[in-house]
Amino acid sequence: MTSYLPPSERIWWKVPVGKQEVIWIGIALIWCLIMFFMMPYWHLFGKQNLSNEAYQTTPAKFQARVDEMVAQYQVGEEAGIPIVRPPAGSDVYLLGRLWQWYPILELEKDQSYRIHLSSMDWQHGFSLQPVNINLQIVPGYEMVVTMTPDQAGDYAIVCNEYCGIGHHAMLGKIYVKEN
Amino acid sequence: MAQFRVCPDSGFYFDKSAESLMKVNAIAGAVSLLIAGILAIGVILTRWQEVHLLPADLFYQALTGHGINALIFWIIFFEIAILYFASSTLLRTRLAAPKWAWLGFILMVVGAVMNNVAVAQGNSSVMMTSYAPMQAEPHFYLGLILFAVGALIGVFVFFGTLVIAKDDQTYEGSVPLVTFGAITAAIIAVFTIASGAVILVPTFLWSIGYINHIDAEMYRIIWWGLGHSSQQINVAAHVSVWYLLAGILFGARPMSEKVSRTAFLLYILFLQLACAHHILVDPGISSEWKVFNTSYAMYLAVLASMIHGLTVPGAMEVAQREKGLTKGLFEWLRKAPWGNPVFSGFFFSLVIFGFIGGITGVVMGTEQINLIIHNTIYVPAHFHATVAVGTTLAFMALTYLLIPVLFRRSLFLPWVAKMQPYVFSAGMTIMILFMLGAGTLGVSRRHWDMDFTGAALSFEYPGTAYMMMAVGGIGGVLGILGGAMYLLVTVGSLVFGKKLEPSAGLFQSFGVPLSSGSYNIQQPERLPMAPKLAVEQHGSAGFEAPGTFVLAMALLVSFVVYYFINWDYLASVWPLS
Repeated sequence: MTSYLPPSERIWWKVPVGKQEVIWIGIALIWCLIMFFMMPYWHLFGKQNLSNEAYQTTPAKFQARVDEMVAQYQVGEEAGIPIVRPPAGSDVYLLGRLWQWYPILELEKDQSYRIHLSSMDWQHGFSLQPVNINLQIVPGYEMVVTMTPDQAGDYAIVCNEYCGIGHHAMLGKIYVKEN
Repeated sequence: MAQFRVCPDSGFYFDKSAESLMKVNAIAGAVSLLIAGILAIGVILTRWQEVHLLPADLFYQALTGHGINALIFWIIFFEIAILYFASSTLLRTRLAAPKWAWLGFILMVVGAVMNNVAVAQGNSSVMMTSYAPMQAEPHFYLGLILFAVGALIGVFVFFGTLVIAKDDQTYEGSVPLVTFGAITAAIIAVFTIASGAVILVPTFLWSIGYINHIDAEMYRIIWWGLGHSSQQINVAAHVSVWYLLAGILFGARPMSEKVSRTAFLLYILFLQLACAHHILVDPGISSEWKVFNTSYAMYLAVLASMIHGLTVPGAMEVAQREKGLTKGLFEWLRKAPWGNPVFSGFFFSLVIFGFIGGITGVVMGTEQINLIIHNTIYVPAHFHATVAVGTTLAFMALTYLLIPVLFRRSLFLPWVAKMQPYVFSAGMTIMILFMLGAGTLGVSRRHWDMDFTGAALSFEYPGTAYMMMAVGGIGGVLGILGGAMYLLVTVGSLVFGKKLEPSAGLFQSFGVPLSSGSYNIQQPERLPMAPKLAVEQHGSAGFEAPGTFVLAMALLVSFVVYYFINWDYLASVWPLS
């Protein structure tokens, strides 16, 4: 009678399947395929996709790139952290370390920037708020994402990968200005 | 040598050594759940910002211990008990290599204690995931490794028991569906534990200085072969428990053996690809790889879950209708034994797993949508729906069944037991829904302070986020109360519950066999095949379970709507490429 006894038919795989299950499996399968093809569809027609561009790097190498950019484009300072205004379309370097995002970026609205991200020590989480874009930042890897801020305003980078006792204080800033 | 006893109430046959092992594993699981539950108080009351109970170091320590005890120790101890039940008890066979099984159990206990000690000492607050290069004490990893080795021994004892049953022909025909599901869980467990060994052994060697570098990205990929696949063991195990409970409560038979078993087979083939869910926004992984793996190769494992979502309640509905509850679409459900915690626990587990856990899981596992969800508190909300309600509540419901059958005690405070699934489900559902909401607003997981006290820069979450975390906190406290009620009933039953004949004293509850006279059966009769149905309904009659079909369509509609709402939300964020 039950699910915990051997099937009533020895050759159970030849018992025909009920209409109701066949219909449900058909519907569910179609839905599964739609969900599957939504992802490649979004790669072709959607605007929010990650590139596959990434490089292996070292903290020292990445730090050097960041320092170079800061030296070239610094426009100010806030809470001891340099504010950098890189030219539109350029390569921008942002690092995460215990417990700081460095430097602060000033970007222009509707311009694209190639943002390079890496960690100097442990893993960190790049969580841009209140837009809510979340990326995993892994030491030894340099991730490149082209971002196009489409609204002016002050944005915060919250660290959302646990990185020790000061994790909650790890905040960064991106300012997006009208051009 | 007579070594079986028969339970006079249920008719299940228990092998003496299997019985003791099931008891000790279930109890070790309950102890882990107790630890996890106590730590949960600290976690939830700290995330509820207005209460903000613990300082940062204790919070991260409690969160680490909570995650490991709830997600690993509680679940796997209990699953080992289920594996022994699904093999030895259901197939009426002796347990293979009981000494090995005891060795496995002891290793698991030693491992669990060692890991808990490491976390309690305070230098291993690295979260359950222990992402390199953040390092814990060596005995943190060693504890996990010993636990995994012990669990692997348990899995092989299970396989050995199946071989013995086959050799001794203790059953006719094929293994029952529930055992088939348990086999699925065990197969997934083998490659899960293998992934765990591949990453945790080198990490352990790194922590004692024999290896100088662990690549952080490699760690993530392989660790999630352990971390996510272990949750897939749970899915296979609790779906088996659903079938078992539907069978015991209603005499339900699977609507189609072929369909249900094929669905389990899909789990074996595709579930392990899900390690990709955790690395969708990681550097250095190609989109093709992400799309293929995150979707379990075109969502074939999701298809399997959707099939079980129809066939489990469908089996129940068919059985209820045969008993004459045929009025309208839902009389079979309305007149179900809602006062029996075995039923209410089973049914809430099914509904919350499907409607909340399943849907949110697929949505956040979509490659691009993960951008707006990764590492927000949406993630723990999702897996509390799948594991903390889906798996845990199914196991709780099974416990209420096992207390008289296996432990030979009647339930202590039955009215508490009766309310427990309601309190637990209501609390957890409130917590989950509001944490999902807070996650959508960007509140991050594993974060001590959403006020960012002491940060050089500042950021303020919207007031709604605070409100959601507070309501979620209230739900969480209610959920913990539900968990405490479960432990009160189970522990109370073992200590104060009325003894049933053949009786079990306190020591018997903790694994000592009953008096030797109870084991008076040398070998039970062969387990017969399920009786044939008088009328062969399947394949011809059409819609045997219309109510279930309506519920399934409701699931699908919610799924589709919620899925596209999230694409819409994604489309509103900054363009990325």
